[in-house]
Amino acid sequence: MSGFDKVVTSYEAALEGLSDNMTVVAGGFGLCGIPEGLIAQIKKVGVTGLTIVSNNCGVDGFGLGILLEDRQVKKMISSYVGENALFEKQLLDGELEVELTPQGTLAEKLRAGGAGIPAFYTATGYGTPVGEGKEVKEFNGRPYILEESIVGDFAIVKAWKADRYGNCVYRHTAQNFNPMAATAGKITVVEVEEIVEPGELEPSQIHTPGIFVNRVIKGTFEKRIERRVTAKKEA
Amino acid sequence: MALTRDQIAMRVAQEFQDGSYVNLGIGIPTLAANYVPEGIEVMLQSENGLLGMGRYPDEDEVDADMINAGKETVTAITGASIFSSADSFAMIRGGHVDFTVLGAFEVDVNGNIASWMIPGKLIKGMGGAMDLVAGAKNIIVTMTHADKHGNSKLLGECTLPLTGVNCITRIITDLAVLEVADGAFHLTERAPGVSVDEIREKTAGKLIAADDVPEMQF
Repeated sequence: MSGFDKVVTSYEAALEGLSDNMTVVAGGFGLCGIPEGLIAQIKKVGVTGLTIVSNNCGVDGFGLGILLEDRQVKKMISSYVGENALFEKQLLDGELEVELTPQGTLAEKLRAGGAGIPAFYTATGYGTPVGEGKEVKEFNGRPYILEESIVGDFAIVKAWKADRYGNCVYRHTAQNFNPMAATAGKITVVEVEEIVEPGELEPSQIHTPGIFVNRVIKGTFEKRIERRVTAKKEA
Repeated sequence: MALTRDQIAMRVAQEFQDGSYVNLGIGIPTLAANYVPEGIEVMLQSENGLLGMGRYPDEDEVDADMINAGKETVTAITGASIFSSADSFAMIRGGHVDFTVLGAFEVDVNGNIASWMIPGKLIKGMGGAMDLVAGAKNIIVTMTHADKHGNSKLLGECTLPLTGVNCITRIITDLAVLEVADGAFHLTERAPGVSVDEIREKTAGKLIAADDVPEMQF
């Protein structure tokens, strides 16, 4: 079993090997389903020049947003970067490069990257600024653009539970980009709420099989809510 | 009279067929969920990875792991499913979502849409909008017919960076329902009390209108 035991007990061990100018793929959608402790560790280690691939860049002071505070991020590959004043400032000051990528294209870039497919054609973005400079090919009379997939040096993922072998399940919509991110890292690190023994998770219910996972660490999560909206009370 | 936001949403909801899978954008499109006609069931898709989006939660139901594409806390209906963002966009890009409703800055006579970026202003990103307009079977654009300065948003050719090309077939504004085909806007309905002349005046792109255009029914 020990050869398959992916559990590490310190954040130092979880991100060992992370260095300047690496590409880090991060799961999460907004602040939902983000590996909070791993992000905090990246800030603590202080590596710089990072390219971060994530749908969003957190908010000021939380999530990936904290990596902007010490200018650790050189480039963001994201679909939506609103609601973050520091991000906006660094973007306008030219300190931060942003490659805006349609959400579905971003998900597919990671899925394809993890699946060993270097590029794919999609209709998304054809005829828009996203398609500029990209190869166009027609299939059945419709034009598609060629998009290249992404594999990161590291992938940081948030799961609900994992067993020691790295088999993961996600909870509710905290799944989001995490399963694709998990496949798209040369080293994939998963931060979980609970570590269980092999056999405790139903094999057919596992979202991410352990083969994609290199390290598992148990974290504690604040789970900040970006937009808390509740049902209006009936009069 | 020009329609209110809720009246536009009401008219949008009349488009839905029983058993439709529907993705609603932020703003007026989201309001359409409140006006789904009696006897019609639709299932709402939220592109972060939820099919069967329900109402907002009560205080004791709020769950940080349960949000919609607008990052708001939500609930799931009975029979909902939750999946990865890759699966979510397989539904969208693969043409499995029946209706997409979204807002726009501009639409033109060739079915092009601009909805995500105004040069010189801060760019927040396209999110899933480019995938949605590339993939859905029926795309309905909701917007005011003209901007607050009175400039038409229905143009001969979009001036802003595009979200998608040749993809918009139906537009529901505060003044009219229009189809986009053969390089023109075709007026099919007008808001109660709004004349064809007023719509023509506020439509910069080529407009084709019959002598007798019916009013919307609510």
